[in-house]
Amino acid sequence: MAPAGPCEPLELDITLREMRADVERVQTRVADALRERCYDNDSMFAVRLCLEEALVNAFRHGNRFEPGLVVKFQASIGPETCTFQVEDQGEGFDPGGVPDPTSDENLEIPSGRGIMLMRAYMSEVEYLDPGNRIRMVFKKPASGSD
Amino acid sequence: MPHASPIRSSRVGEVTCVTFTEGRITDEMVIHQIGQEVLKLVDADAQPKVLLDFSGVEHLSSAALGVLISVNNRVKSRAGQLRLCSISKQIFEVFHITRLDKLFQIHATAEQAKQSLA
Repeated sequence: MAPAGPCEPLELDITLREMRADVERVQTRVADALRERCYDNDSMFAVRLCLEEALVNAFRHGNRFEPGLVVKFQASIGPETCTFQVEDQGEGFDPGGVPDPTSDENLEIPSGRGIMLMRAYMSEVEYLDPGNRIRMVFKKPASGSD
Repeated sequence: MPHASPIRSSRVGEVTCVTFTEGRITDEMVIHQIGQEVLKLVDADAQPKVLLDFSGVEHLSSAALGVLISVNNRVKSRAGQLRLCSISKQIFEVFHITRLDKLFQIHATAEQAKQSLA
């Protein structure tokens, strides 16, 4: 199959088995695709951060690092918009149950910032029932900020 | 197998200065190791003065933020002082979004940070 040109969306469908090596493989593929489609450095930083959070959450909280369980990653990377989906094999969770890490009383608690970072950087974030699948949309900013 | 140390530390007067050898602080094992090694440095002084210099760091994850908060909590519990410096514009934005720019004392340069610890 011919590789997608920079004007058409690149579709990715990757199964991750080993966290570190496979997350890095995904990050490299996505970064290359974003660069080819002229996303600026801030956008590339934002997407890398959110993918890191979503994929590591899937291995850690979803699959609980259980050997044999996999994480599925799908992406559609177009010239203006990217859609990412990460699915683990866990039971799912209620994102509404995660306390706000930016409130004064939670500021010194070390965990719980991944979800809020994804919500801050992505244009859309949605958890799909039963909560073991996250769908994120990133829209290229109207004008480059670099 | 133990990794090579992900930090370098030096001593300037009473201040322990820490820099990071990795441009991306995202690997869970590396983040854990950074936590262990920095906490050891914090525990070496009765009232630690610690400077974390982020020169060359391009990415970090929420897990890395968690370790920084743990370090801050430990420094505080020992009546010490912690400063952060040389944080890139993009990473500073992460601190701002999470309101951690309110929790940490962040300086533009190592020199300014050291002066604030004097």
